[in-house]
Amino acid sequence: MAGFKRKEGREMVEMNTSSLPDLIFTILFFFMMVTTMREVTLKVKFVVPQGTELVKLEKKSAVSFIYVGPPTDQLRAQMGSGTRIQLNDRYAEPREVMDFVAAERKSMSNETDQVISIKADRSTHMGYITDIKEVLRKSYALKINYSASHRN
Amino acid sequence: MPGLNTSSTADISFMLLIFFLVTTSMDTDMGLSRRLPQPPDPDQEDAQVDIKSRNIMYVRLNPEGQLWIKDETFSDYVSIDVLRKRVKEFVKNEQNFSKWPEKHVKIIDGLGRCLVTDKHVISVQTARDTPYDAYFQVQNELVAAYNELREEYAREKFHCSYESLSDELKSAIRLEYYPQNISEAEPKKYSGGVQ
Repeated sequence: MAGFKRKEGREMVEMNTSSLPDLIFTILFFFMMVTTMREVTLKVKFVVPQGTELVKLEKKSAVSFIYVGPPTDQLRAQMGSGTRIQLNDRYAEPREVMDFVAAERKSMSNETDQVISIKADRSTHMGYITDIKEVLRKSYALKINYSASHRN
Repeated sequence: MPGLNTSSTADISFMLLIFFLVTTSMDTDMGLSRRLPQPPDPDQEDAQVDIKSRNIMYVRLNPEGQLWIKDETFSDYVSIDVLRKRVKEFVKNEQNFSKWPEKHVKIIDGLGRCLVTDKHVISVQTARDTPYDAYFQVQNELVAAYNELREEYAREKFHCSYESLSDELKSAIRLEYYPQNISEAEPKKYSGGVQ
């Protein structure tokens, strides 16, 4: 087996890593495109309902989220377990939705595309949802989306 | 002249990559798209539009999430599985039955002269205590019923699926032939059962 024996004195050739940064950059760009920035820390817990007639939310930049559900386990001790509405990073009242919609609209390039996605827990009482819808109607945010997961 | 030492670029881009992995989420958002009606005009008195009772189908959800539907021919508690079929029959009114929505002739671009039931209204009402899930399922079934009707119509008339039609034809069917007339009344304040 002399053929496998390394010749004495020959130096190990280093792998050429000059293309490694380019590779990593490609992966980076891929991730930047397919993902969205996590904007808020969730303070409410929710399990969205399941449906069959769902559509994908196009144009992520035109979508604002309203979260509805009971506070997360960490916050339950202080906040109780009643249903809460979360706008951006804090709890809010239904009437504050109007300011929220206006603020979101201002940051958008095309206001007419604005979509409000309601992410609400399955067991939420309809009263909360109706209150939100009423305010959304008043603030002319008419395109809404009930967030849901797909059912087979 | 020695080249710039680029051995750390890989590490820097790795750090960026990891940063993006941590701060972003990949979940695709899905949902049921709905359109809310325009807000009522404050200057105007409640213009009560008279709708013939044959044109209305009432869909109600009580606080227990039970579904109750009523039209001229039927009124009872039903399970959610029946809703789609009932709504389809009601909106289509194939035999031009006198207790289901009236049909009238309408000339639609691209479709020609059609008999449509576009005066029908499906009135959805919930109680404040109704669970959101029950309401969502009703909405889902209503959208499914309309989607199926449009699909059936496209198959019958054009022998191809609704999705494969041109945008003009799609919107003609969506807005003129089978428009979604779902009215959502204020939820009942009382928490008792639905009469």
